Amino acid sequence: MEIDEKTVRRIAHLARIRVTDAEAKALKKELSGILDWAKQLNEVDTSTAEPMTRVTPMTLKRRTDVVNDGEMADAIVKNAPMSANHFFLVPKVVE
Amino acid sequence: MSDLAKLTLAEARAGLAARRFSAVELTKALLAAIQQGNDALNAYVLTTPEIALKQARDSDKRLAKGKARPLEGLPIGIKDLYCTKGLRTTACSNILGEFIPTYESTVTQNLWDAGAVMLGKLNCDEFAMGSSNETSRFGPVVSPWRRHGSNVALVPGGSSGGSSAAVAADLCLAATATDTGGSIRQPAAITGTVGVKPTYGRCSRWGIVAFASSLDQAGPIAKTVRDAAIMLRHMASADPKDSTSVDAPVPDYEAGLSDGVKGLKVGVPKEYRVDSMPGEIEDLWRRGIAWLRAGGATVREVSLPHTKYALPAYYIVAPAESSSNLARYDGVRFGAREPGADLIGTYEATRAAGFGAEVRRRVLIGTYVLSAGYYDAYYLKAQKVRTLIRRDFDTAFGEVDVLITPTTPGPAFGIGEVLGDPIQMYLNDIFTVPVNMAGLPGISVPAGLSSEGTPLGLQLIGPPFGEATLFRAAQVIEDAAGRFSPPEAWWLTRRPGK
Repeated sequence: MEIDEKTVRRIAHLARIRVTDAEAKALKKELSGILDWAKQLNEVDTSTAEPMTRVTPMTLKRRTDVVNDGEMADAIVKNAPMSANHFFLVPKVVE
Repeated sequence: MSDLAKLTLAEARAGLAARRFSAVELTKALLAAIQQGNDALNAYVLTTPEIALKQARDSDKRLAKGKARPLEGLPIGIKDLYCTKGLRTTACSNILGEFIPTYESTVTQNLWDAGAVMLGKLNCDEFAMGSSNETSRFGPVVSPWRRHGSNVALVPGGSSGGSSAAVAADLCLAATATDTGGSIRQPAAITGTVGVKPTYGRCSRWGIVAFASSLDQAGPIAKTVRDAAIMLRHMASADPKDSTSVDAPVPDYEAGLSDGVKGLKVGVPKEYRVDSMPGEIEDLWRRGIAWLRAGGATVREVSLPHTKYALPAYYIVAPAESSSNLARYDGVRFGAREPGADLIGTYEATRAAGFGAEVRRRVLIGTYVLSAGYYDAYYLKAQKVRTLIRRDFDTAFGEVDVLITPTTPGPAFGIGEVLGDPIQMYLNDIFTVPVNMAGLPGISVPAGLSSEGTPLGLQLIGPPFGEATLFRAAQVIEDAAGRFSPPEAWWLTRRPGK
């Protein structure tokens, strides 16, 4: 068993997902099962392998560093759950 | 009228060109089929009849003027992972709420520019995470296929289960789909349809809801190999808005379809012969090999030694990327919001309410394997294994032109039969995941029926940008195996409307 309930709570907080006590218990079992299963990767000798950073050998394309769109504040806030005057509204962050 | 819905994309194209029927008649036939059949199948989560008929009228005008575009007047369905301007797009997740994109994905824009007609948005697993289409916020899709003498509802595969079911049930002529670990090929295989996962970079990912960015690719599900070739040609493009899309011209995949496989070197990866493989899957595989050999291909065994590690490596890499991609769903800028005591509380409440069980599981796994102290042991290790998987394929493609494998370890299962066991569900993608890990193209083509009377598919895998060869070889299998349609259209439960 890789993961205890405390760890589940810690990563749930890192992932910004609230979990109930019952959920943490169930997740402990599920996540440990998946990670135990993934442990078989330790059988593989990877001493000659670089970690893959791109799946196809290509250099990242570049474009000219110029503004090519903008002036779309309406579109950007259109789907916001709460907004005012082209600002997103959130609960108070700074006292 | 409903016979028009049964046409293939190529047949419909020919019928429109010869003016045997109009685009409006064709579109009305498909809309009627959806109206009669969607209650039972749940393939569409949004239908767009007004848009479809407007596009069809426009197509008829162009056809009359002799100015038809390549897909003029052909009605298709769109997986709900593709952003469609002005039309609700949800990735079948509650967290997107009633999100209405203010932009169009590049792939769908390409299709509309080619003259295609939009029937609606198709159901899928939440954020494309699943192999059965059971994790959708809109509920499961039911396959049009049933086992011999049984009414048990079967899954259409996933994540593109709405796409596979709609194509198999003649509720669209073809559909878009996406494939991160098998989400095009697995549903195609178990519904008797053709599914193509192109080379990474062939289709733009811009405007498609991201799951795992180094693995995601758009592709079609269609009724025939030819239809899939037509669709892919008009989905693919180089796109300045996706820096991983490839600046290579898109070939006319249809042109070489009947060239056959004479002289083609076909590899059979021995590691795909897993111990638990059912006899009927082995038989299917053997038949596929024999068909290619009869067509003049030479066949040899090849080795992909790291095959068995592809699935566990995938279940590190894909959740890691998804935990990062899904960080954007915070209840602030778009989608649903669940208020909390403060900002962090709002994030946590929003994401707890908005993500389903499987998505939550994967985000948490991803967060864990990327967290301090575990990154090297899990994520870096998996990325190294991924390099070895790619190396295996590179070596194999030094010897052969194409690989043949089964697409799935078995036929469609019943709704609810596997849902409680994540790893059992993941094993559905055992033959498809390595292809994504290496960024290669793969196609699933129907090849036979199981002892239960449900479809099974064979997968062909090619080197990067080897799609044309895959289509050519798949055509040989389709010619030998024939096409597979559900024996009875039981889902047409509602009488046609006005």
